[in-house]
Amino acid sequence: MSTTNHTAHSEYIDSDTGKMGMWLFLFTELFLFGGLFIVYAVMRSKYGEDFHHAATELNAFIGATNTVVLLVSSMTVAMSLTAIQKNQTGLAMGLIFITLLLAGVFMMNKYFEYGHKFELHLYPGSEVMHNLPHGEIMFFGLYFLMTGLHLFHVLVGGILLTIILLKIKSGKINQEHFLLHENGALYWHLVDLIWIFLFPLLYLIT
Amino acid sequence: MNNHDSHITSYALNFKVLLVLLILTTITILVIKLHLGAFTVAMALTLASVKTAIVLTYFMHLKFENLILRLMVGGVFLLFAIIIVITFIDYYFR
Repeated sequence: MSTTNHTAHSEYIDSDTGKMGMWLFLFTELFLFGGLFIVYAVMRSKYGEDFHHAATELNAFIGATNTVVLLVSSMTVAMSLTAIQKNQTGLAMGLIFITLLLAGVFMMNKYFEYGHKFELHLYPGSEVMHNLPHGEIMFFGLYFLMTGLHLFHVLVGGILLTIILLKIKSGKINQEHFLLHENGALYWHLVDLIWIFLFPLLYLIT
Repeated sequence: MNNHDSHITSYALNFKVLLVLLILTTITILVIKLHLGAFTVAMALTLASVKTAIVLTYFMHLKFENLILRLMVGGVFLLFAIIIVITFIDYYFR
């Protein structure tokens, strides 16, 4: 009896620590993107005119659509956590599936967006880019770096959520044990948070 | 018992948070399209910060987490703000 209690107690501690570990990782992510935001801010103050001109090239409509897609997906993943806590396993899986679909929509929009830029030969290293003013090269460089790094995070988040979906199905994540689910949701919200800043800075402000 | 005393956020609250975030996004787009001059960037960043705070508080459950975690998150954001300020002081006065 006392052994069972002991095990239960240490598992509880483990869950708390596991979540704190995830937050520590998220802090490093903040500084990864934060550094790029600082570069963006300095370059913007240095090449205001060029940034203004280059930003008009971006499609604000696709950016806005992707913002809504990510915000809704953030809600569905938060709801899936509610569902698993209430032992509504089927609903939890359905909500994660919807989140994955939305991640797919986001990536598809990005595919069309990047595709259009490549058609215009606006990509790092192209002839057209070489002949642009220095500030515009900076803008498109930062645009591809920041959205590309963010897209990579969407991809990783999608893989993580797929693993969580499978673990819910096999019963490894359940009403009692859902630390991985919680941490996966935290990661997905971080992806959303970064986009909340990327969208106005790159697409809206011209 | 793992996650025994975890707070459960209701579906309704999650939905309300989404609505607020969507309204704030619409306001951001409108504010920027109105071209308020020098205030545009400041307004956009302020609105983005408000949205961040809402996501952290409700979607990421910080409101229901223990004090240590909340202090950690607050401290890290403060550190980040200090780094930005120092970088800009360095950039403008060098």
